[in-house]
Amino acid sequence: MVVDQMSEAELDRLFQALADATRRDIVRRVTVGEYSVSGLAALYAMSFAAVQKHVAVLERASLVAKEKRGREQIVRGNHDGLEKARWLLDEYEAIWRQRAERIADILAEG
Amino acid sequence: MTVISSTKNLEALSFTLIAEFDADVQRVWQLWEDPRQLERWWGPPNYPATFDRFDFQPGGKADYYMTTPEGEKPRGWWKFRTIEAPRKLEFDDGFADETGAPVDAMGSAHAAVDLEDIGGRTRMTIMSTFDSEEQMEEMVKMGMEEGMKEAAGQIDALLAEHSHA
Repeated sequence: MVVDQMSEAELDRLFQALADATRRDIVRRVTVGEYSVSGLAALYAMSFAAVQKHVAVLERASLVAKEKRGREQIVRGNHDGLEKARWLLDEYEAIWRQRAERIADILAEG
Repeated sequence: MTVISSTKNLEALSFTLIAEFDADVQRVWQLWEDPRQLERWWGPPNYPATFDRFDFQPGGKADYYMTTPEGEKPRGWWKFRTIEAPRKLEFDDGFADETGAPVDAMGSAHAAVDLEDIGGRTRMTIMSTFDSEEQMEEMVKMGMEEGMKEAAGQIDALLAEHSHA
């Protein structure tokens, strides 16, 4: 099952990565289009090195992928990683769906 | 079909579920306000919940535990925020240690329940949000564990059926 494919360490990396507003913003942007690290750095009131660190955290969490293109580092969204985060919310949904079904069963008893 | 729609917002870490029931609003509200009825559906079938405190008023707390097939008793708590019978209920929902004290590191989810009359039937909207991603992580991890064990329980039941066939 999918749960088996994700270790505790992976889960920790994923949610730590998403626990920062700048990093979430980076994820939103690079899933729509490619950005260079310097292009991203221009968007935030922080140093190039700080943005580079954020990108590294996202990369370790498999949320973005980075590749060298000439002198630039290009950042793209990693859809597999995002898919995992979405899957966690799916799990939460399953819990509530099951509760709604049980409520319906109790109501049907009259 | 009971569940009409569900919406997930990955960025806002929120989740909304809309379900409709063949019962009036007053009856559906009872399933939330009466702990003896609530404990019949809150936990998964093989994880029955027991509410040993249920102070059903704004600011009031509820404490509960679930009994696992292994006999363990993981504990949880609710804190009621808004109660407007029989239409609106808001509460925080988190995990507790064995003494019933909230486990702060695990954080909490916030549930807003709205019941609406639709011609004698009831539409229930649950909006669930998390304070932070770390909190969601913990809640989902716990929920996954719950859900996984429930899924495993269903597989057991299926296998048992086959062996009887």
